[in-house]
Amino acid sequence: MDLIKLVEGQQMKAEVPEFRPGDTVRVSFKVVEGGRERLQPFEGIVIRRRGSGISETFTVRRVSYGVGVERTFPLHSPRLQGVSVLRRGDVRQSRLYYLRERTGKAARVKEQKR
Amino acid sequence: MPKGILGRKLGMTQVFDDDGHLVPVTVVEAGPCVVVERRTRDKDGYTAVQLGLGELPDRKVTKPLGGQFARAKVSPVRILREIRVDDVSGYEVGQKVSADVFEPGDTVSVTGRSKGKGFAGGIRRHGFKRGPMAHGSKYHRAPGSLASRDAARVFKGRKLPGHLGAERVTVRGVKVLRVDPDKNLLILKGAVPGPRGGLLAIREIVTARSRKRV
Repeated sequence: MDLIKLVEGQQMKAEVPEFRPGDTVRVSFKVVEGGRERLQPFEGIVIRRRGSGISETFTVRRVSYGVGVERTFPLHSPRLQGVSVLRRGDVRQSRLYYLRERTGKAARVKEQKR
Repeated sequence: MPKGILGRKLGMTQVFDDDGHLVPVTVVEAGPCVVVERRTRDKDGYTAVQLGLGELPDRKVTKPLGGQFARAKVSPVRILREIRVDDVSGYEVGQKVSADVFEPGDTVSVTGRSKGKGFAGGIRRHGFKRGPMAHGSKYHRAPGSLASRDAARVFKGRKLPGHLGAERVTVRGVKVLRVDPDKNLLILKGAVPGPRGGLLAIREIVTARSRKRV
């Protein structure tokens, strides 16, 4: 398995931003549009982190114009420019799927006290 | 020079391709192999090279095999396999074959022994349909009727439950994504037959068209 780790390691990011489910983050993701690249920001609450090694992904949920939007990003993708944490959330689950059934005030996440 | 090499499947993972997509890959430890013998049309009636992989301690070398290794002047190897090539002139006995015979972008055929599944029923082995599991049905996973009453016998080749897997399987059209000659690694796109640690023969892709051309 060591050699497999080595193959994975070649493309893994040396440093990944520290964030957890419940945090509100801004994700900068490169998208190719008509032959040219631009950065597309996506802001929302992290509802899941899954996988390990190079296959690790995380899902960000936001409500945009009344419609719930969820995007899943590969953590080590070369197109992922960065993840900045806007707010630390205080949650008791690792998968925040319950947010999907909630709207308005009930769909908030408590801020973590430091 | 037609290309081929022996290797071991290390396992699967994912890598990012040039477009940033995560693609499934198999990591193969390929070689280094050594050419132990050449099969020629005059001597053997067909053309191939015999490749060796791994090391064999002297105490395990049998006398007939030892003679072959001594003649080729190579250190004893654990595994010997022939790879059919149309022209052996590019190969010398004793020559090393390493992973860099392939380049990223090559299309290859990969041969291995599939995982054994034991005695499998018709559904798993041949893709039969299953019957209803409820509503009074007692026909669930049985193979059903074997033939017509008229025939009064079962035709040869009738698909029935039996042993599945652990057979030679060749996957064609596998893309080589990366080659690491220092670590003897081949990164192949997608899945290949067999368990981790299983022996694989990786050859330049063989099609009816490429055979005719030579």
